Amino acid sequence: MKQYLEQQSLADKSQDSALQTEQSGTIEAPIRNRQKSSLFAKKILSRALIDAVKKLDPRVQSHNPVMFVVEVGSVITSVEFFRSLFDASLSNQRGFVFAVAAWLWFTVLFANFAEAMAEGRGKAQAESLRKTRIAATAKLLSADTTEYHSNAPFSLIAATQLRKDNLVLVETGDVVPSDGEIVAGVASVDESAITGESAPVIRESGGDRSAVTGGTRVLSDWIIVRITTNPGDTFLDRMISLVEGANRQKTPNEIALNILLAVLTMIFLLAIVTLEPFAIYSGDAVSITALIALLVCLIPTTIGGLLSAIGIAGMDRLVQQNVLAMSGRAVEAAGDVDVLLLDKTGTITLGNRMAAEFIPVYRILESDLANAAMLSSIPDETPEGRSIVLLAREKYHLEYEQKQVEHITFIPFSASTRMSGVDLEMNGRQVQIRKGASDAMLTWATEQKAAIPADLNSIVERIASAGGTPLVVAVSRSADVSQILGVIYLKDIVKQGMKQRFEKMRKMGIRTIMITGDNPLTAKAIADEAGIDDFLAQATPETKMKLIKEQQAGGRLVAMTGDGTNDAPALAQADVGVAMNSGTQAAKEAGNMIDLDSNPTKLIEIIEVGKQLLITRGALTTFSIANDVAKYFAIIPAVFVATYPQLQALNIMHLASPSSAILSAVIFNALIIIALIPIALRGVQYLPIGAAALLRRNLFIYGAGGIILPFIGIKAIDMLLQLLHLA
Amino acid sequence: MVFTLNGLAQIAIYFIILLLLTKPVGLYLYAVFETKNTWFERVFHPVERFFYWAGGVNEDEEQNWKGYTISMLIFSGAGLLFTYAILRLQNKLPLNPQGLPAVNPMLAFNTATSFTTNTNWQNYSGETIMSYLSQMLGLELHNFTSAAVGIVLAVAVIRGLVRHNTQRLGNFWVDVTRCILYLLLPICTIYALFLVWQGVPQTFDNYVTVTSLEGFKQVIAYGPVASQEAIKMLGTNGGGFFNANSAHPFENPTSFTNLVEMLSMLVISAGLLYFFGKSAGNTKQGWVLFGAVSFIFIIGAVVTLGAEQAGNPLLAHFGVNQVSHGYPLAQPGGNMEGKEMRFGIGSSTLFTTITTAASCGAINSLIDSYTPIGGLIPMVNIQLGEVIFGGVGSGLYGLIVFAILSVFIAGLMVGRTPEYLGKKIEQYEMKMVSLAILILPLSILGFTAIASVYHGGYSQISNAGPHGLSEILYAFTSMTGNNGSAFAGLGSNTPFYNLTGAFAMIIGRFAFVIPVMAMAGSLAQKKIIPAGVGTFPTATLLFASLVIGVILIVGALTFFPALALGPIVEQLLMLARKTF
Repeated sequence: MKQYLEQQSLADKSQDSALQTEQSGTIEAPIRNRQKSSLFAKKILSRALIDAVKKLDPRVQSHNPVMFVVEVGSVITSVEFFRSLFDASLSNQRGFVFAVAAWLWFTVLFANFAEAMAEGRGKAQAESLRKTRIAATAKLLSADTTEYHSNAPFSLIAATQLRKDNLVLVETGDVVPSDGEIVAGVASVDESAITGESAPVIRESGGDRSAVTGGTRVLSDWIIVRITTNPGDTFLDRMISLVEGANRQKTPNEIALNILLAVLTMIFLLAIVTLEPFAIYSGDAVSITALIALLVCLIPTTIGGLLSAIGIAGMDRLVQQNVLAMSGRAVEAAGDVDVLLLDKTGTITLGNRMAAEFIPVYRILESDLANAAMLSSIPDETPEGRSIVLLAREKYHLEYEQKQVEHITFIPFSASTRMSGVDLEMNGRQVQIRKGASDAMLTWATEQKAAIPADLNSIVERIASAGGTPLVVAVSRSADVSQILGVIYLKDIVKQGMKQRFEKMRKMGIRTIMITGDNPLTAKAIADEAGIDDFLAQATPETKMKLIKEQQAGGRLVAMTGDGTNDAPALAQADVGVAMNSGTQAAKEAGNMIDLDSNPTKLIEIIEVGKQLLITRGALTTFSIANDVAKYFAIIPAVFVATYPQLQALNIMHLASPSSAILSAVIFNALIIIALIPIALRGVQYLPIGAAALLRRNLFIYGAGGIILPFIGIKAIDMLLQLLHLA
Repeated sequence: MVFTLNGLAQIAIYFIILLLLTKPVGLYLYAVFETKNTWFERVFHPVERFFYWAGGVNEDEEQNWKGYTISMLIFSGAGLLFTYAILRLQNKLPLNPQGLPAVNPMLAFNTATSFTTNTNWQNYSGETIMSYLSQMLGLELHNFTSAAVGIVLAVAVIRGLVRHNTQRLGNFWVDVTRCILYLLLPICTIYALFLVWQGVPQTFDNYVTVTSLEGFKQVIAYGPVASQEAIKMLGTNGGGFFNANSAHPFENPTSFTNLVEMLSMLVISAGLLYFFGKSAGNTKQGWVLFGAVSFIFIIGAVVTLGAEQAGNPLLAHFGVNQVSHGYPLAQPGGNMEGKEMRFGIGSSTLFTTITTAASCGAINSLIDSYTPIGGLIPMVNIQLGEVIFGGVGSGLYGLIVFAILSVFIAGLMVGRTPEYLGKKIEQYEMKMVSLAILILPLSILGFTAIASVYHGGYSQISNAGPHGLSEILYAFTSMTGNNGSAFAGLGSNTPFYNLTGAFAMIIGRFAFVIPVMAMAGSLAQKKIIPAGVGTFPTATLLFASLVIGVILIVGALTFFPALALGPIVEQLLMLARKTF
């Protein structure tokens, strides 16, 4: 990822990092739903009703073999009904045939309605996005502009005319016309249109924060942007088409399930088609209406009708989590993730090391060390420096007194000296206080002719092995006395709640691996504290890549999060790569999902959505097939009771009459689709209780429940029909 | 339903012995096919090598699924033609002391197909149609080869499941040779000797003519029975030397032979389940499937027993006492129509349950004479796909299809792409599984539907009404399931049944196994995903119950309408005292 210590301090001065700390500080980042619409918002509902009718088009239905069969059945029974109108011998059948035909049409409509509902929610979101894509104008700079400044000459053109590699100037109040990369300038940008986050972020040229997205607005200052996408291809465009489900492709598992549903439909078709010869053999042909009713009841209409709604709703739930998936395939893969790679800094730890303790060497008072450490850090604006002052103030009640010291000069940290400190005048004497890495400090102390305390080494090692960073503090007074006072224990602070998050992952069966540039000792200590399963210490992009490939070769599915350009290859290699929205364009393009909240532990929610998707499909398939048992007991005796009155013994529900039995089964079959729409859209809950327990639970609810429920439901509908004298 | 202690005890004892035999047989199978380390290596390996040399087979070269399947098809096709030729030419060939004429073309085709597909459906009486040569070479050859083909296909499918990142499923020629040499021949040799000891004839002599006590002349057919009997049972072939099959005292003379014959029908299929677990590196995987099919098997055995022991209510109406009392010497009770007095209800119903579970088709009582429910269970056993232990090999790969189907339907409910033994079950596998489960009902229901309304079909039934439908349904069920047992009421030696039956048998055997092999080939290429806490566990009781549920529900949903108009309504009619 990034070189945190330096960059963090650099970025710290900017507003952006304040935002970052705030975001990463709260683990359970509040989910900001752009569309916190209720499941059945009125507007979506009315549009879904219209769409449900439009989807009766056989060309649409032919994509779904199960519902296509139902639609064909509806047409045939409708024809039967019209035939009965002109044939007096069929008049006593008229009402029954009409009712069956009507309910078959309802069955198709209900399934269409479920799909339209799921799509409608996405469409509503897409619409709100589209509103942000107002017809912006761009301040186009000529291609040969070499000097980037805010008053470079420009020409105004429509944003839609921008092409890749155009340079544009974006000033305060302007909308960024298209996706691009900042080549000059720094500006605060309101990205709420994309992320839903109202606090502005800093975007500047160079580094990992240089990408800007079309549709966002510059709030202050100016930037010059090189456009990176052609119109129609921008992030906003892709996002709109994704949430709309416009070019939704069936995911692998969905296709596999569709094959199974198609073959089940064929088997039932076979069972019903061959039933007619058996019936003729047995003495009486069965009416085509009854056969079609039986067929529709048996084929898996429940799952067949809800399957695409489940898929669309799954993508929609991800969007509600502020995650954009580039394909449904990735979401499905997320449910299968075995290994999760996490960067330590910013993900597991807060990113800044904090002073936790002052440990003096032998014969030095703790308060003296604390005082020296505080003095050395007063002008130090890095988070580490501030944390030292804070610790001294809170734990040792030390206050910096202005009159005590004079002529204070800050010696900032540099990569070559690897120490920082102050030169000051105290009580008229020149004093140098330094703090830094232990080897650098030892060299300095030796130069200052200070004695090396015997216990220093053991303190330093103890801190390092606990995962901390030791900062040795020494003082040199102008006269002769130089002294090593002790060590500041800088600790990597593990974010609150991380342990529970990782515990949850473990229960989900996901192994977590922390990636860090730290040495193995430090890495282990932090991994232990955060409850991480494993770690990769002293990581380089190459070792990271190697780790992913090794895990994949072992058959595991790997997920990782990243934001930097150097993460891009690993993001692309991982099966599920989640790029942070705050990251670079390269990272975003390499990953197959983008988290708009830039929250690395969002993967838990992504995985849950992926698992929910599969569970919902499995549960409704099981339910659908289990339902058939009751339907057989309703319809078979009803169909053949004329031929063999003894088959009445199979009418264990004691349904009132053959026509009432068939109609009740058909009505139940149609209504169950409507009843299950909420489950299809919300998804069946995923519980991290282990696969065996989860299976037992879901099998009980959807398998056993699926066998029992229709017995009750069909009987209830039958009683209602009797009560209303409808059949 | 009425149960006798004797009947239940027979089921229990039988099952316990089967359970005890499963592991040793499974281990031996593993030695034959995987470690190639049996007691006979030194004796048979030179013979083996000779065959490979003669056939130009490289012993160490393995085939992919296509190569394996094509070899199997060539082998089976050649065997089919060979038998057809022998049957057609038996009058010109030796070992025909009775001077029997050539078998007619339709029957010869049906019979050759029947033995090639391990069905052994017999539209003829062996003793009046087949010469010794036809029996021993034309038919008994297939008893060995078709059994071996079934077993090695199962072995290849298992390899597909447990191997990874490879296309190789083994060498068909090597597997089939080793199967016959190391497994079938040694067991059958001992088995045949055992049968001879118990009184089964083994001779090339002509039929004997004797004068009975009443003074009638009677021709008693016999011949090389013991050798055929052994492989008939062990290889789940079921084609008897005599028309009466294992009800004939020369095929099944004693209670002891009856028990051994029952055991030999299931022992290889049971052993293959252990072999499967062993190959998968976790014998529990095999035992779970063993448990699942055992459950269905025992339920079937108990219901059949109960239905037959209850007797015929129509007879009870006439005051016939069918209650078992004073056992063993007095009245055994129950529905004894069509059953051997020597075996009684218990040994007959258990034999019938086994033979239909095992896709064997040998019978020691006539299923046509069973009560409707007693006859329903054998039919359902076959309709469930012959996976309740099933035929040698074919039962196992059929069961794996159901296991994968279970994993796919319910496996989704744990929130992962379904996996079986660490292999992801994806689009391609589902396509092949779907094809496989579609093929059997297509053949069974399709042909039955045609026969039930086509004159050439329904004119051959011997009972009207639902029982007639049961006869037709049973015939196509038995042929498609490669079982070979018959309801016997159906006159099936007609061009219509000979031809449709042959197609049903070919579909049931080859059209089913090709997609299964394709699936195995695809699975072999996948990598194995290590199991974690989120992985769908398939070595558990829960999975066993799931497999039971899927087998029963898929089977019931497919065949319930047909069964309702056949045995189910017949039972209800019988209770209402209506017959046809």
